[in-house]
Amino acid sequence: MEDKILTPPLTDEQAASLKVGEQVYFTGTIYTARDAAHKKLVDLITAGEPLPFDLTGQVIYYVGPSPAKPGKPIGSAGPTTSYRMDAYTPKLIENGLKGMIGKGSRDQTVIDAMVKNKAVYFAAVGGAAALIAKTVTKAEVIAYPELGPEAIFKLEVEKLPVIVVNDVSGEDLYELGKKQYARN
Amino acid sequence: MKEITCEEIIAAVKEICITANYDLGEDVEQAFQHFLQREASPTGKKIFLQLLENASIAREESVPMCQDTGAAVTFIELGQGVRITGGYLEDAINEGVKQGYTEGYLRKSMVKHPWNRENTGDNTPAIIHTRIVPGDTLKITVAPKGGGSENMSAVKMMVPADGLEGIKKFVIDQIVEAGPNPCPPIIVGVGVGGNFEKCALLAKETLLRPIGSSNPDPELQALEEELLDSANKLGIGPLGLGGTTTALAIHIKVHPCHIASMPVAVNINCHASRHKSVIL
Repeated sequence: MEDKILTPPLTDEQAASLKVGEQVYFTGTIYTARDAAHKKLVDLITAGEPLPFDLTGQVIYYVGPSPAKPGKPIGSAGPTTSYRMDAYTPKLIENGLKGMIGKGSRDQTVIDAMVKNKAVYFAAVGGAAALIAKTVTKAEVIAYPELGPEAIFKLEVEKLPVIVVNDVSGEDLYELGKKQYARN
Repeated sequence: MKEITCEEIIAAVKEICITANYDLGEDVEQAFQHFLQREASPTGKKIFLQLLENASIAREESVPMCQDTGAAVTFIELGQGVRITGGYLEDAINEGVKQGYTEGYLRKSMVKHPWNRENTGDNTPAIIHTRIVPGDTLKITVAPKGGGSENMSAVKMMVPADGLEGIKKFVIDQIVEAGPNPCPPIIVGVGVGGNFEKCALLAKETLLRPIGSSNPDPELQALEEELLDSANKLGIGPLGLGGTTTALAIHIKVHPCHIASMPVAVNINCHASRHKSVIL
C-alpha cells in the first residue's frame, strides 16, 4: 500500500478521512509549541490580537528540540507529553488548528473539540528523537526566542511518521490498543 | 587523605552528562531485544526496532537519544578519606553540568522558579544527592531524568493495615494512571519504608540498578517478578499503543520505618533509562 502523506494546511475533508490507528506521514510545514507558547497563543486570542502564524488548517508538533549541532537543521526532536497542553488546545482548535502531534492521552474537552471542529490528534514515536530529527529539513524560530527550547519553530519536514490516536469520531487508539492486549 | 581537585570533578561530570545522553546503556538495549522477541503486537515490535535504530543513530552521530536530556540528577558517594581541593563540591558539579549541557548540545530544561519559569540557560542547578561512605574514592553518577516520566511518579503515605497487597495495588494503579504518557515500556522504581522523603529517594536510587539484574533480597526479587508480570498484562504496551510490554523492569528497595507508617514511592522512568558513573 502506498504511504499516506499529509501536507498542511489540512481541510475538514482531509481530517475527516483519517481513521484511528492509521499510519500517516507529514511532509511540508508544521509548527512547534509547548506549554509556555500555548499560554501565549491563548492569551493573544483572548485579547483579540494577531497570532505569530495563521492557525487555519495547521498542525502543531509538541516538541522542545535539543540544540542543533553545527551543519544540522535541528537537534533531537521527539514528542513531549500532550496532556499539559489540554487546557489550551480547545481554544486553538476553535480557531482553526486541524492537527496536533505529541504523545499520551488527551482529556475529554480536547476530544470533544476535535469531534466538533474536525481536528485530529497524532502520536509520534516517543523517545525516538534522533530518528525523528532526520525527517526535519529546516527549522526556524518564528516567535518567543526567549523561551529557548520552548520557542515556536516553523519546521519543514519530509515524511515525519505519525499514527492517528484520536480521529474526528472521537475514537481513542490508546483505549482500543489497551483493550486488545489486556489479559485477565 | 586523598586529594581530588574540583577540576577533575568538573571534567568527569561534563563527560558523563554527555555520554549518558548519547550512549544508551547496554542493559536497556538488551531489554529491548529481549522484549522485542516476546511482544505480541506488530506495532509494538515495530516500535522496539525504531528505538533500537534511534539508539544506534544517537551513538554513531553523537546526538542525544531523546530531546529531553533531563534534569541532571547527580548521586555522589564521597569516601570519608577524600579531601576536595580548589573549590566547593556542588559548585564543581554544577560547572560540569553547565559545560556538558552546553558543549554537548543537550537541551536546557531547567527553569529558575517553579511558577515564574524563566530558563536558567545552562541546565543548572543539578539535583544532587550526597552520601558520605567509607574509603578514599569519589563516585559520581549522573542520571538525566526526563520530565514526562517524572510527572507520572507519586508518593503515598500508606498505613500498616494496607499491607503488601496495598503496595502492589498502588504500584499497578500508578502504571495504569500513567498509561501512554511516560513513554512506555517503562522502568519502575519503587521505594517502600523510611519516611516521606526517604521512600522517594529509594525509588530513584533503585532505577540505577541494571535492568535484568537480580534483587539481592530473594523476597523482593519474587515481588519484582510478580509486579512485572502484572504490569505486562495491562495491555498498555510500547508507547501505550497496545501490547504485552508495558514495563521492562520493576525495581524495589525497602527501608525500616516508623510504627505508624508505610510510605510508598513510585518513580517512573521512560524507556530511555540513562545513567553513567565515574569513580575518581
